[in-house]
Amino acid sequence: MADFFFHTTLGQILLIVLESLAVLVPLLLGVAYLTLAERKVMAAMQLRKGPNVNGPFGVLQAFADAIKMLTKETVIPSGANRMLFLFAPFLTFSLAMIAWAVIPTGNGLAIANINVGILYLLAISSLGVYGMLIAGWASNSKYAFLGGLRSAAQMVSYEVSIGLVIVSVLLAVGSLNLNDIVLAQRHVWFCLPMFPMFIVFFISALAETNRAPFDLPEGESELVAGFFVEYSALAFGLFFLGEYANMFLMSGMVSILFLGGWLPPLAMAPFTWIPGPLWLIAKILFCLFVFIWVRATFPRYRYDQLMRLGWKVFLPFSLAWMVLTAGFLMVTGLLPGGAG
Amino acid sequence: MMTQIVFYVFAAVLVLSATMVVSARNPVHSVLFLILAFFNAAGLFLIAGAEFLAMTLVIVYVGAVAVLFLFVVMMLDVNFTHMREGVQRYAPIGGIVGGVLLVELLMAFMHWRSASNIGQIAHLVPSSPERTNTAALGDVIYTHYIFLFQACALVLLVAMIGAIVLTLRERPTGRRQNINRQHDRTVTDSLEMLQVPLGAGVDAQGGFLRPHESYDIAAVPGTYGTEAWRVAEAQETTGTALVMTTPANGTKGEGDE
Repeated sequence: MADFFFHTTLGQILLIVLESLAVLVPLLLGVAYLTLAERKVMAAMQLRKGPNVNGPFGVLQAFADAIKMLTKETVIPSGANRMLFLFAPFLTFSLAMIAWAVIPTGNGLAIANINVGILYLLAISSLGVYGMLIAGWASNSKYAFLGGLRSAAQMVSYEVSIGLVIVSVLLAVGSLNLNDIVLAQRHVWFCLPMFPMFIVFFISALAETNRAPFDLPEGESELVAGFFVEYSALAFGLFFLGEYANMFLMSGMVSILFLGGWLPPLAMAPFTWIPGPLWLIAKILFCLFVFIWVRATFPRYRYDQLMRLGWKVFLPFSLAWMVLTAGFLMVTGLLPGGAG
Repeated sequence: MMTQIVFYVFAAVLVLSATMVVSARNPVHSVLFLILAFFNAAGLFLIAGAEFLAMTLVIVYVGAVAVLFLFVVMMLDVNFTHMREGVQRYAPIGGIVGGVLLVELLMAFMHWRSASNIGQIAHLVPSSPERTNTAALGDVIYTHYIFLFQACALVLLVAMIGAIVLTLRERPTGRRQNINRQHDRTVTDSLEMLQVPLGAGVDAQGGFLRPHESYDIAAVPGTYGTEAWRVAEAQETTGTALVMTTPANGTKGEGDE
């Protein structure tokens, strides 16, 4: 009976809605608690306590923050472009959400298992820059505008090396399907043979999400808060959540491309007892921990250093590694999908 | 049926947003409508089954090209109302050019002939269902048309080199950081002990206290070539440089900015 219902049009729509909720609700909860986890982890690293007033160990802090944001006044600057000003945070937030449609949490377990999944992810992550650029421009404030321009230049620069890293992974996989990318890592995760690319990708992910040490778009010492300096209340909250959801997304991409997605480290008894989605979540959480760890450890880059790292170090290096990967696979005859 | 409806929705929004690109008053809005147009074109590709082209369109045009457009348009401080004042003056010329193009297009359409095997070669998607878009496109581009593809890439490379050559200026006074030079500096290179009369202060020294060898007036922004610079240069060649007299228009090095 239930089987039959889910094959009708209405059932299909309902199924997609349910699947989306099954991904988005844990994601949003995760985002809410990531803000708390960041404060707690950084506090521990700096020998402080962090938030500890709301609930035991401060676990209700995330909800306290949410309620605070919802009850504040939304201020729109007088010279702002109202529509674009309000559109930007929604864009940032929704882009961070819709990318999850293709992330596989198990073998074939994705809302949309499409052939060009990795391209979809790349496309969505490259759109994230619009939220910041539009916010910076629509605020009619020089600090916000400079922050927006900075973030645009930064994200476009680092997308180049992200793209090249993805190409070298795809060379070894022979498919653009995220499911195939994970399955290709059954024997060895790509973070081992492609360790330098793993590092390049991770650092580029930091730059792509505007995280420390690359958080120049919101460098508070010179730009107050960067592109969202004029935002308040819910609009600010959406930017904030979007940024953390982007961190989740980038961690998901790192896990799928290099850490074997839902696969256990070894296909042996104690590891295989844990279901795949839990492995993926564990890997994402590990990446997020490293994101926070990096933030608590490294000082902020200067802008010209950031650009030099992107264009003069990562770009040539990832290009050379891509050629090397292709050459190695060709010589050893390991090149996959060579159906020609 | 459903596909057709979706197609017409995408096509209508595409045409509307393309119209808005040229008619919007605010150039930033124009670029945003251009982005909407790109998205709808990608949607049309998706409906046709060309998923790779759709994603590439979004990545390349929306993710990179339009960002740079937006970047430039936001930074430009062009008075567009002022620019629109010339519309009446240029309308006849524009109208004539448009009219000629329209007539030519109509003539071309009336004598339109397609190759006889168009039915076999014109496919947006690979003919067999198990071949993916990506593999088929890779075959065509990297196997059958590799030399043309490489030629295209070379054209782009030439354009890129041209742009760099046009904009790259090696200024001797550039404030670029040279880390090696900074690391190579030692105390003896950069520091010189000077005998300063007690109570004389820096002003009596011409406002400057720095070692003779490292003194490079050209590196002081805004001074190179000015009258102050020439005075200092002349004094430096006579060997009395370090303690300079104050030029008439201010101290050396402060420039006249």
